[in-house]
Amino acid sequence: MSIERDLMKRILVLDGAMGTMIQTHTLEEEDFRAQRFKDHPCTLKGNNDLLSITQPEIIKGIHRAYLDAGADIIETNTFSSTSIGMADYQMENLAYELNYESAKIAKEVTLEYQEKTPDQKRYVAGSIGPTNKTASMSPDVNDPGFRAVEFDELVSAYKEQTLGLVEGGADLLLVETIFDTLNAKAALYAIQEIKTEKKSEIPVMVSGTITDASGRTLSGQTVEAFRISLSHHPVLSIGFNCALGADQLLPYIKRLSNQSDVFISAHPNAGLPNAFGAYDQSPEEMRDLIEAYLKQDVVNIIGGCCGTTPEHIRQIAELAKKYPPRNPKSSNND
Amino acid sequence: MIKKKPLLLSGLEPLIITEDTNFVNVGERTNVTGSRKFLRLIENQQYQDALEIAREQVLGGAQIIDVNMDEGMIDGVQAMTTFLNLIAAEPDIARVPVMIDSSKWEIIEAGLKVVQGKGVVNSISLKEGEATFISQAQTIKKYGAAVIVMAFDEKGQADDLERRIEICDRSYKILVEQVGFPPEDIIFDPNIFPVATGMEEHRKNALDFFHATKWIRDNLPHANVSGGVSNVSFSFRGNNTVREAMHASFLYHAIQHGMNMGIVNPSLLEVYDEVPKDLMEYVEDVLLDRREDATERLLEFSENIVQIHKGAKKTDDAWRKEDLKSRLAHALIKGIDTFIEEDTEEARLEAKKPIEVIEGPLMDGMNVVGDLFGAGKMFLPQVVKSARVMKKAVAYLQPFIEAEKTVGTQYAGKVLMATVKGDVHDIGKNIVSVVLACNNYEIVDLGVMVPPEIIIQRAIEEQVDVIGLSGLITPSLDEMVYLAKELDRQNIKIPVLIGGATTSKAHTAVKIAPQSQAPVIHVNDASRAVGVVSNLLQKDKREAYTLQIREEYEIFKAKFLERTAAKSYIPLKEAQKNKFPIDWDNFEAVKPKALGNHTIENQSLTDLVPFIDWTPFFRSWDLHGKYPEILKDEVVGEQARVLFEDAQTMLDKIIKKEWLTAKARFGLFPANAVGDDIEVYKTEARKEVSVQWLTLRQQLKKRSGHPNLALSDFIAPKLNGKPDYMGAFCVTAGFGTDEIAKRFEAENDDYSSIMLKALADRLAEAFAEYLHLRVRTHYWGYAVKEALTNEELIRENYSGIRPAPGYPACPDHLEKKTLWKLLDVEETIGVKLTESLAMWPASSVSGYYFAHPQAQYFGLGKIKEDQLLSYSKRRGINIEEARKWLSPNLAE
Repeated sequence: MSIERDLMKRILVLDGAMGTMIQTHTLEEEDFRAQRFKDHPCTLKGNNDLLSITQPEIIKGIHRAYLDAGADIIETNTFSSTSIGMADYQMENLAYELNYESAKIAKEVTLEYQEKTPDQKRYVAGSIGPTNKTASMSPDVNDPGFRAVEFDELVSAYKEQTLGLVEGGADLLLVETIFDTLNAKAALYAIQEIKTEKKSEIPVMVSGTITDASGRTLSGQTVEAFRISLSHHPVLSIGFNCALGADQLLPYIKRLSNQSDVFISAHPNAGLPNAFGAYDQSPEEMRDLIEAYLKQDVVNIIGGCCGTTPEHIRQIAELAKKYPPRNPKSSNND
Repeated sequence: MIKKKPLLLSGLEPLIITEDTNFVNVGERTNVTGSRKFLRLIENQQYQDALEIAREQVLGGAQIIDVNMDEGMIDGVQAMTTFLNLIAAEPDIARVPVMIDSSKWEIIEAGLKVVQGKGVVNSISLKEGEATFISQAQTIKKYGAAVIVMAFDEKGQADDLERRIEICDRSYKILVEQVGFPPEDIIFDPNIFPVATGMEEHRKNALDFFHATKWIRDNLPHANVSGGVSNVSFSFRGNNTVREAMHASFLYHAIQHGMNMGIVNPSLLEVYDEVPKDLMEYVEDVLLDRREDATERLLEFSENIVQIHKGAKKTDDAWRKEDLKSRLAHALIKGIDTFIEEDTEEARLEAKKPIEVIEGPLMDGMNVVGDLFGAGKMFLPQVVKSARVMKKAVAYLQPFIEAEKTVGTQYAGKVLMATVKGDVHDIGKNIVSVVLACNNYEIVDLGVMVPPEIIIQRAIEEQVDVIGLSGLITPSLDEMVYLAKELDRQNIKIPVLIGGATTSKAHTAVKIAPQSQAPVIHVNDASRAVGVVSNLLQKDKREAYTLQIREEYEIFKAKFLERTAAKSYIPLKEAQKNKFPIDWDNFEAVKPKALGNHTIENQSLTDLVPFIDWTPFFRSWDLHGKYPEILKDEVVGEQARVLFEDAQTMLDKIIKKEWLTAKARFGLFPANAVGDDIEVYKTEARKEVSVQWLTLRQQLKKRSGHPNLALSDFIAPKLNGKPDYMGAFCVTAGFGTDEIAKRFEAENDDYSSIMLKALADRLAEAFAEYLHLRVRTHYWGYAVKEALTNEELIRENYSGIRPAPGYPACPDHLEKKTLWKLLDVEETIGVKLTESLAMWPASSVSGYYFAHPQAQYFGLGKIKEDQLLSYSKRRGINIEEARKWLSPNLAE
């Protein structure tokens, strides 16, 4: 069954945070390195994406926890797995392998569940993050024309990532946490090239980030300008994630929902971080806020970003069962 | 018929073009092939000025900006990339979509790689065959942009209706059926060609375009039509009256036939209904090919127009024969005050009440002025002249109105304007006041050096709607912060406008706006003031606008802080080790011929005139460009020439009538550097220190081989044992300014008042240049043989520098106190320092002289706490006071 048909029938639930779950394992430098990277020249602690290779069982365990909680879509552990993101760890050359392995283990786990409940399909979404560099803003105030990364560099990094994800078995691609639309355009450019090369029709989800109450992305675009800037690529869904809690994110999701005739996704944070950078919105609190999305009929895919746990997703999944999905053709967009 | 799908474009904001959208105007001045000015700026890498052109376009109403870098001498890929990247950093420009315009594919692709929004590619065609066309379209689709398709194929450009239809039809089918290009993202340009060329085959050029446009809109679903309108009138270059009429008519008919966007130069466009009937008839005969002899008739008629125009210069008063209302409007728009009193009197006799003259014909005229200015069709000096006429008319009516004791005019709002405490500069403030007054705002001008208590008290008493604060020197920034805090503390929610040379959006967003719940908005030029104030005062817009500004500033602030945080600084001790290396052992300073203090009591102004640098003069009137090229500039040239003529006339009066007095006090002294300071000695024995200059050192981490500069680096260190010297000066050309300016203001002549002040400033700067020359060649004599042209002087091609306290190399205003003490400035020539250490009269310049051939200007940049501490100890003040004076230069 295709995901489109699933989405016409019900609201699908995306999983929650990976980082928060990895933290509960209190891993040390040697855990990150394992045998294979014991002589690597720089510190690897904190390179969460690497765990797909060095601690695959931990990552699989997290995927299982979210599937047990009721997630329909799990994200691969590849948010930073581009040659650009891996440069901090001198692991540029590992980008393809990281994506391939992460997709592969996620797919293995979904197949386990597939066997248990054959009539409920689970999907692996290959997570494609924004990288840590912006293509349309200068990091140097005295040199506004300067760019730390250029379109072509992004395209080649994203192609490598996409190829790894597709060949590793991802069912979907999720370009997420877009703070600079030009970075996302490079990702979509790369995805288009891979789709053509591999003759693949893999569905693509895009998800931006509204930085603050201004209602704009970090690179300055309004919700609608953001949507239009990515409208050239056929996508399964468009949405927002991260930066804000469910309550602050809702108005922007509503705006998108009104304007779009594709499916809408939302995976907000568990509230705003407290003074120590931790998220303390409880699963029940978040569920109650998410209920407004369902009552107002503005989402097709709902999940969690920073600070959310399997318990958050369980509460959301149970709630989502009670509501019908939004009909994308009913948007106001003409 | 199916409903047309909208064309969706975006910059930072969306642009949605539907069936119901009015004609979309594409700005065309950022095009090196169409604007000589823009070309010059790009060739000279003056990207900041080039950005201003883009900004003017957007402010002037362009909904898309066309950017073209196709010029043989330019690296097009690099120029396109750089310019679009710079635009991305300017939210007020980047909000509109970009049209990437090039005939070179690599430039188009370079552009597509740097725009985050969905723009338009201009253009592709079948010129090089289907394969290229398809591959380019596929690539554009992958980047995500709409595309302009030229009616051009392997055989050439379509020049009749059939060929236009054939090529557009074929292009559309390939794009939609083979490439899968969204039809609503296709924009056809079916070639606008010149008419009235005298060639038989060009007769139907306009008609064919109209019919092709209609055919496209009827037969190619969802497609759009665009074109470059000015081409049509190509054969009438030099006759703008005909061109403007032709553009108006062409656009009117093209829009009727379905053209929904296009490139139009607004300054070459007449309003359709404003074109005289006879001219329109001749023009449309040509465009619509209505008569065999249409071209000949239009040519003949246009020659008459030229003659009328030429004749008009001599007998300027043809407009005097028109009806009263037109005469008043003409006088206001053209800024002619010769007949204003008699015309106003005539209007008063006709009106029921004198107030009706103001509310009726005068305000109508000023509204036209406001609209033209807003649309970029009038320039600042013209508006200021219009205001002078208006003021004179109002002044004439005032006694009659008083006599009737009617209530005053209904103003659009009340604006308080003030230069803040300690600051004496008011040219910019006066210009903003005049522009606002022109737009029917009542101005409460509190003048200069206004203490915050007075500003607040008067704002409450007068119940003003907006407070405008101006300042030119850095301590004024703190005054503005304080005022915003005070307003907020007293819970006064009046919006505040911030302006003046030292202010910036960054400072306003980071330091002033967060102090207050009321809106605080930086207004960088007079032309923006009206828009901002009107947005603030319209009830339905105010809230949204305020919120929008606040959000914009929040983002700006966050980005600004993020960027500054990324800079790294080095400790003062390290910076001192990386000082500017001068080989003092092999240097012998020239001993000044005339050591000690000197006074010039009454400098001849005539001698200063050749030293005037005119470029900043034009800038003070918001006319941007370098002198003398600005006089020939295609956009502002005419205004610049008029302004320059007026300036010459006034300069003549200033000199003949001795309105201004120029004086100077300067001195040359033995000096040596001690650490970052410079000791000035009373005598050559160098035993007794008369004053100590404190210099500040750059602390930004430099690339290797680049020193961390301080001015003290240019003076031989005491430890070295070599004698060295330096000088200091204060010149003024400002005595007399206030008296004469007040006289003009009393006559309601702000134009002359602002002109006088601007000229006094130029004379003071010219005096500084002149005196520096005299010092180099005569009083000090280290460059006796120097022979430079005035232009070379202005470019500072000479040896030695004269940095001024309060400016980038030495931003510490407290140094002026030392300078005043060393030279006895106030006692000898009467120039005073205010509490914020601004000089009075305002048209004064003070500074140091450094003679070392390697001495150079630089910007201090930001300094760290360690240097602040060291400075406060050396200055003998507590650290908090030091922090206050140096705050603009402290790293966050």
